Amino acid sequence: MNPTTLRFGIWMLATPLLIATIGLGFQGLAAVNSAMFFTWGYFVEVLIAGLLQGVLYSLVALGFVLIFKASGVFNFAQGSMVLFAALTLVGFIEMGLHWTLAFVVTAGVMVLLAMVIEKVVLRPLVNQPHIILFMATIGIFYFLDGFGQTLWGSDVKLLDIGIPKDPRFILEGIFEGGILVNSFDLVAALVGAALVAVLALFFQYTRVGRALRAVADDHQAALSVGIPLKTIWVIVWSVAGIVALVAGIMWGSKAGVQFSLALIAFKALPVLILGGFTSIPGAIVGGLIIGAGEQVAEVFVGPLVGGAIQDWFAYMLALVFLLFRPQGLFGERIIERI
Amino acid sequence: MMFRKLGLAAVAAATLAGSVAATAPVAAQEQFVPLLVYRTGPYAPNGIPLADGFNDYMQLVNLRDGGIDGMKYAWEECETQYNNDRGVECYERLKGKGATGASIVNPYSTGITYALIERATNDKVPVLSMGYGRADASDGTVFPYVFTMPITYWAGADVMVQYAKKESGGSLEGKKIALVYHDSAYGKEPIATLERLSKEEGFQFSSYPVAHPGLEQKATWLQIGRQLRPDWVFMWGWGVMNSTAIKEAASVGFPMEKFIGIWWSGAEADVTPAGDSAKGYKSLNITGVGTEAPIFRDIEKMHADGKGLADKANIGTVLYNRALVNAFYYTEAIRVAQGEFGTKPLTGEQIQWGFERLDVTQEMIDNAGMTGLLSPVKITCADHEGGGSAVVQQWDGSKWSAITDFIAPRRDALRPAYEESAAQYAKEKGLTPRSCN
Repeated sequence: MNPTTLRFGIWMLATPLLIATIGLGFQGLAAVNSAMFFTWGYFVEVLIAGLLQGVLYSLVALGFVLIFKASGVFNFAQGSMVLFAALTLVGFIEMGLHWTLAFVVTAGVMVLLAMVIEKVVLRPLVNQPHIILFMATIGIFYFLDGFGQTLWGSDVKLLDIGIPKDPRFILEGIFEGGILVNSFDLVAALVGAALVAVLALFFQYTRVGRALRAVADDHQAALSVGIPLKTIWVIVWSVAGIVALVAGIMWGSKAGVQFSLALIAFKALPVLILGGFTSIPGAIVGGLIIGAGEQVAEVFVGPLVGGAIQDWFAYMLALVFLLFRPQGLFGERIIERI
Repeated sequence: MMFRKLGLAAVAAATLAGSVAATAPVAAQEQFVPLLVYRTGPYAPNGIPLADGFNDYMQLVNLRDGGIDGMKYAWEECETQYNNDRGVECYERLKGKGATGASIVNPYSTGITYALIERATNDKVPVLSMGYGRADASDGTVFPYVFTMPITYWAGADVMVQYAKKESGGSLEGKKIALVYHDSAYGKEPIATLERLSKEEGFQFSSYPVAHPGLEQKATWLQIGRQLRPDWVFMWGWGVMNSTAIKEAASVGFPMEKFIGIWWSGAEADVTPAGDSAKGYKSLNITGVGTEAPIFRDIEKMHADGKGLADKANIGTVLYNRALVNAFYYTEAIRVAQGEFGTKPLTGEQIQWGFERLDVTQEMIDNAGMTGLLSPVKITCADHEGGGSAVVQQWDGSKWSAITDFIAPRRDALRPAYEESAAQYAKEKGLTPRSCN
């Protein structure tokens, strides 16, 4: 059996047991501490909200994974790509384009951006150490951040493409009062899941996908067997740009399109540490664990320690995983001969 | 290669032009005001209308009135991006400019205010933290160079409680009030006041911190909307935290009519991104809304003449109006000081003297064409807050409308709290409070 499939199987079995154990722990704590509130319905509600939030983190993390897989570079600019894509989309919508058409045009802009980045930034740096490429992406971050706002303004923009946002109740027969789920979060989760499935298939079963993996392993070796490095980089940055666009739509619809969207990238870091920098399924599983973990921690542990713990809790959770699996849950183990 | 040379030349030209603009000489007979602004960064949507309001007001004073009794304003912007370190750097860079140095500093950030209090006091430059900063700085015996008019966060908390009490039929006994706050010095300002009021009024008080920048509040709102189920929610938010809170509140079905933000959670940029979810949401405001006041006719004329400095879209917005009122306060303080020291560029020390004798009456407000934009204040040596008030405004999906008159906070209980906290500060810093008798 494929080791990844085996790991998935173990996780599928272990996860419900782990969740139930955590729930029982909180139930016990609530029994001895009257300041703590716990019902199983509320616990499940928080868990679902966290999982759905986690999918949104995964969307951002995916962009990082794509570029890391193809170039071994941590793309610091992914957050600003999310902002730039969302700003551009809203800009075209404000010009009168229907959002679907604006999406297509913005996707085109992101492809164009990928070509410019490849020509101006990456091509001159072929075979340079990864840290140099990383530094270059910091430059791209600041450029895109300023350029996007210069082009489209710094105002907060409303992005509404008709995704329903009504709260709805499910499982009313099982839990008293039902479980509250937001329609928007459900749609975002479905979009995220679909995107992950498409990308996983693309990387696994297409020639371009295999070429991307070869480039990730070794630039020079890939070039020597005839893989066109420039084309591969343009493709991967384009796909990362389109993933950024989808993430920008989801986060922009949630919080408005504004500078703070670029900061969402920092939420992807613990997801990547946990899931591994090279695994698309890792990004999604990492996102789910971080999303659910931080929501449950904030709601049930937060009140006992003063609250606002979800940000640092995500990193702490990732660090705990790092102690046991430095390459992340689904990352590739790196073995180098000395 | 040609392209690269052209690019380098363009960058060099732009840099040179920028540095020239930034170091434009200030005439010897002008009153210099440094403007700490944030037109970029995460808080730019709030910072831009504020900066625009300052620019337009001082431009209007110069063009319409020929300056303050003939003394024209000179000013220079410095970009802080709402960062404390940049704010201090901007202050240090600009405090020595102009004929007499900085007249006044308006930090527009509680963090920068905290960072500047000691420096500005040593430099004898008045700090006007209008509706932000340290509430206890209202005690002029300990903070001679800090002015907090027209109202502090503690007073704002009192106004919110008064409003909630009135809307709840005159009693908050047994009610639940939750506070959602930015997990910073700013956000924590009202907690002590609300805790005191919870004991006095008999309501249950719970607080929920939100980590910067506040993009994720799902857990917070699950606790509020599904566990606590309060009667009222108050918010001390800033930037993206505000719109996210409104959306998350809507997503758990919390009624907007029971959700009140402080005046930094009640600008257009705070509600627009939330779309229809924000309809009915309320906030306090320390200045009036809209463009009804007569001063706007002068501003419109200035813009029609092509001499306005603001983005026209910002005129009449909540934060633009706030900056107008802010600039009006220090303009009038300078006018008072001119009466004592003469019409010439004044030092910060002289302007501080003017501030401590500033009595903004309703007649003065009307004469300045600012009717409805602010309430009267009277500053004294000991009282740097001046007895101002706040209104409650409501968002109808397209604009803010005031739904109450200016509500005065109950300062009989607040003033001893200011003095106690200020005395504690003085003790920590080894300061001897001055006498105001």
